[in-house]
Parts: sequence; structure tokens; C-alpha cells
Amino acid sequence: MSLAKVVKVEGRAVHVPGDDIDTDRIIPARFMKCVTFDGLGQYLFNDVRISPADGKSLNHPLDRADRKGATILISGFNFGCGSSREHAPQALHKFGIRAVIAGNFAEIFFGNSTTLGMPCVSLSRENLAKVAQAVDADAKLNVCIDLAAKAVKYGSASVPFEMKEGARTALMDGQWDPISQLLEGAGAAGKLEAALPYLK
Amino acid sequence: MASSSGKSLFQKVWEAHTVRTLANGQVQLFIGLHLIHEVTSPQAFGMLRDLKLKVPYPKRTYATVDHIVPTDTRAEPYQDPLAQGMIDALRQACKEFGITFFDTNSGKQGIVHVIGPEQGLTQPGMTVACGDSHTSTHGAFGAIAFGIGTSQVRDVLATQTMSLDPLKVRRINVNGKLAPGVYAKDVILHIIRTLGVNGGTGYAYEYGGDVFERFTMDERMTVCNMSIEGGARVGYVNPDATTFAYLKGRPYAPKGAEWDAAVARWTALASDKDAKYDDVVNIQAETIRPTVTWGINPGQALCIDEKVPTPEGVPQEQRASIKEALEYMKLTPGAPIKGTKIDVCFIGSCTNGRLSDFREVAKFVKGHHVAPGVKAIVVPGSQIVAQDAIKEGLDKIFRDAGFEWREAGCSMCLAMNPDKLIGDQMCASSSNRNFKGRQGSPTGRTVLMSPLMVAAAAITGKISDAREVFAPEPVGA
Repeated sequence: MSLAKVVKVEGRAVHVPGDDIDTDRIIPARFMKCVTFDGLGQYLFNDVRISPADGKSLNHPLDRADRKGATILISGFNFGCGSSREHAPQALHKFGIRAVIAGNFAEIFFGNSTTLGMPCVSLSRENLAKVAQAVDADAKLNVCIDLAAKAVKYGSASVPFEMKEGARTALMDGQWDPISQLLEGAGAAGKLEAALPYLK
Repeated sequence: MASSSGKSLFQKVWEAHTVRTLANGQVQLFIGLHLIHEVTSPQAFGMLRDLKLKVPYPKRTYATVDHIVPTDTRAEPYQDPLAQGMIDALRQACKEFGITFFDTNSGKQGIVHVIGPEQGLTQPGMTVACGDSHTSTHGAFGAIAFGIGTSQVRDVLATQTMSLDPLKVRRINVNGKLAPGVYAKDVILHIIRTLGVNGGTGYAYEYGGDVFERFTMDERMTVCNMSIEGGARVGYVNPDATTFAYLKGRPYAPKGAEWDAAVARWTALASDKDAKYDDVVNIQAETIRPTVTWGINPGQALCIDEKVPTPEGVPQEQRASIKEALEYMKLTPGAPIKGTKIDVCFIGSCTNGRLSDFREVAKFVKGHHVAPGVKAIVVPGSQIVAQDAIKEGLDKIFRDAGFEWREAGCSMCLAMNPDKLIGDQMCASSSNRNFKGRQGSPTGRTVLMSPLMVAAAAITGKISDAREVFAPEPVGA
């Protein structure tokens, strides 16, 4: 399985503010009754984009005309908390998002996103506010997540980001989906399995 | 014999299952027990087929159906064709890949984190993985149990391994004695409230102290279950005599000479007396009171006698979150949480859907009745829990008291089956998440609490103090 090296993610951004945005909000459970991930994109943040009362648009940031085609999502702290559902980063990806900038991420969500080749980078509270403000002010602003430089460049400014080093290098090396490496370890896994004292 | 290698159980189990270090610096970790269910497995099996891979260790994976099963009838085809499609897909995959499936006609079906321990599959010293974040439940047995995403389900099916970073370990001691009316559910809600919903990110939580030593396995499971709500992917309790007594004689537990060898091995797994932890937190049991959530994440919680927060009363950076929660929950800032009207009551879930939960509630609801206008459902965590409860006449006690007695499944915890809230109904729930829209309606509201507190709310029609509703009968863990 040959994967693309993810070195930079560049594009326009959309700001979805709030801390502790959970995976139920990102993709409500009733849309997970599927056997593939296709078609999940349209249900991204469904219940905060469409009014449950009359089905009309709630003018969520994702639906604003000037944010159409944005590929970078900016949010708050503890993004992606809650369930382990991979449907959450899959819905983001199918919608067109290619990277997420936040204060920090829930662990399982971070791992699931990385496995899809979608970088999740963390900024300090202060820097997150700066970038979000710049994005809010200019829908056409070009944002670049530079994995090699460990920085988020926006307009002419730049701020450093934090990311687990292993994930960063895996993305840059095109090793972000570990299945091939895990298969390569089959022999060693077999030796360990044979010595395990349980469930023989 | 006390070992002095200075290791925690986490370190011992991690090292015993480390296959090798990968190029990205993560560890290839062997997963001894893999549990699957119908929601997070279909795409994984699809990926296996696309990659033309087989399952090399089919006897290490066990399947159940829990999220989408209706709880009012088992008749197929289900009214929801998508749900029927999912159970069909799992049946097909299990046949194709040689995996044992505890299907609805097996007598052993139930919520995945209830049936694993019940069958004696979950044992000390194992690594356990499942495509469900409440997999942390199995840590109650001194196993290292991870919630995983669908691609990782694929990894475990195809290689019986995963790529992971080790976790730090935070030891949480709860010492002293819990007051009457304070249950395991209150303990974990208190811990999450104290340490925060992302306080545990990057950590495994090791729970110990007097309270955990005295806890039953069901109580330990309730606490470990919600570790993830505090950000900790893994939560566990060191194995001891209570653990061994629970496991003895269960279908998949070792027998005879193997049993004795297992007990010796399990005893040695417990964290060493001189284990080094990355952090230690001490909580005095007497400070824990019956706790309910008020907001839109499990950390937004209060003691039953406290008041809903006001935006002005919290630090600046929390104000937006507090306002958002107050608005969604339609609560008056500064008002007591006690007395809030509820519409629906749910007793069940992988957190509190075990026999001991129903026994405890049945003891007190006998003679009482669900308030007019309140819909109250009781959902056993497994077919075996249901059978045992029926043998003890618990189902009759609940029905006589006006509760609906259902069949086993996840039900209203996340409402992927027909058990859903309608509109902005307020639900008192023994489950584990109160996020916006969690229980099936985009405007539905959830208040988390212990099973007895749910029963108290059902009887009064309001969030109540179970110690008052059921006085003068002494209540307690």
C-alpha cells in the first residue's frame, strides 16, 4: 500500500468555535448505520447545521458561501472528544477537510485522523485565537500547515504548532496508515502469540 | 512475594505484549482479546476484503450485536432496514472469517462490555481492544483495554496487533468510606469533574485505595467504563481475590491446574508496591456526594444539593462553554439542580446495566410508582443479566412500579435503535454521555446519574435526591 507523503496542507480555512466538540456532534449516531464510509460528508455536524424544527439552514460556518471549498478546520480545545468512532474524521474528510487546527485533541480522534492522513495540529490558546481571528476576518486567507517547519502560516504571519513527533514523521514519510508495517511484523507477532498464556 | 521491579500493571502488560518498535516510534502491540460489534466492524471487514487479507487468529475475536438491536422485540426483519443490514453484514463476516458471534438467538448476546466479562473472556493481564471507547470497562479486571477506530479494527483483525504509543499512568486513590447513597457512578462522575474531561489525555488511570479494594467487579466496571469521559483511554484496577472469585467457573476462564497457574500469574501482575507513577491523585471518599451532570459534557456535573453555575461565576475562558450548555439544557443559571423536571428515565447501558444495578434499584422501587407522564425504561445489559433478573422476579418489580422492562442492548444510551428521545425531552439516565443530541433527538437533553438516582427521578418526575425519596430505608453502596 503506497501512501502519499503529507508535507504541507494548504488552503482556505473555516472556523468552528467551541471547546469539547464531541464526536456525537461531529457525526450523530443515527448516520452511522452504514457499512461503508461513503456519503458521510453531507451529515458532518448535521444537527447544528440544520434546524430540527423546520429543516432550514442554521447558517453554520460550514454552510456560509464564502467558506465553500475550505479545506482546513479551526476549532477549540479537546476537539473530537467522546466516542472512538472513526466516522467522525471520515465525515470531515469526505466533506473536504484535509487538516484540523485546534488547542488540543482527544487521543482516539487524533489517532483516527492521522491514520486517514489528516494532520491534527495544536496551538497555544493565544496563537489559536490569533489564527481564528485572521480566518474570521478574511475568508480568502491562505492558511498553510507546514509539517516540516512545524508551523501554521497564515497570510504573512506564522505560529509554531505542536504535534506528537511520531505522527508528524509518519505523515511526512507516507507511513501514516500502519497496516503494511503491522503485516511485516507477522512473524514476530506469531512468536509472541505462541507464548501467550491465555485464550489458546 | 513482593516484587520490587518498580513497575505498574500497565508497564508489565505493555511489555509482555510488545512485538517490536515501528519506524514511526510507536509500538506494535499484540492484542490478546478483540471484541467486535456491528457498528464499527463492517468497514473493517470491507477493508480486509479489499486488501485480500484473512484473520490469522479468529479465536481471539468475539462478536456481539448491541447498538442497533431493538429492545421491544427481536423479530426480524427489523423495522429499520439499515439496522437489519448491519446485523446481516456482521453475520456474513463472522461466517466468512471464522469468528464466534454471540447472536440474538444464542442466549449470550448483550452489550459488548457486559458480555466479555460475563463470559470470563476478559481476564487480568490481557490487552483488549474493541471499536468502542467504553472498552476501558475491561480494565476493571487488570487488563489494558483500548477503544479503537475502525481502521484499527481492521489492523487487529488482519494482524492481531495495533500501532500505539505507550501511555503515562496516573494513580488515583480513593480512600475512606463512601457515604450511604453514594455509588460507583458518583465516584467516577466526581473524578471526571475534578480532573476534567481532558485531564486524562495521554494517561491510563490506575484506580486504587480502600474504596476500590472494597468494590465488587460491577462497581469497578462502572468506574473504568467512564475513564474515557475523563480523557483517559485506559482505566484499570489491579486484580485481587475479588477479581478471581468473579472469574472462577465462567465459560472462558481457565480451569483445573490452569486455573491455579493463572491465579499465580494474575497476582504477580498487580502494580508493584514501588511502582513509579507519572502522577498520583488522592481523593477522600467522604467528600463524594450523589452527583448528576447538568451540562453537555460529563465533566459539567454537580452534587445533588448544588446550584447550576452562572457564567459570571466561572473564569473568563469557560464562560462561552457554560453559556452554550445552559442554553441547550434550558436551565436557569444559579437555580438548584434538584427539582428539574424530567420526561424520560433510562436505567441500563455498559456503565450501569448489570444485575447488581437492577437488584439495588428493585430493592427500593418496590411499592413506589413511576410518576404520571414519565416514560421509564429498564434495559438489561445482556441476555444473561435479563434471565438472572427474571429468575429473581426483578422484572416484575419494575413493571409493577410502572417501568418498561426491555431486552438487552445499548438502547437509549446513544439511540441507534428505536429507543430515542423526542424533541427537547429531558432524560435522567444511567449511561455515560450527555453530549448534545446524544440520545436520538437533536434537541434532547441528558442528565447522567446513578441507577438509583434515575429511579428516584422516575418516581417524583424531577431530579431528586434518592436518599430523600427512599427514606427511611438506608441506601448505600
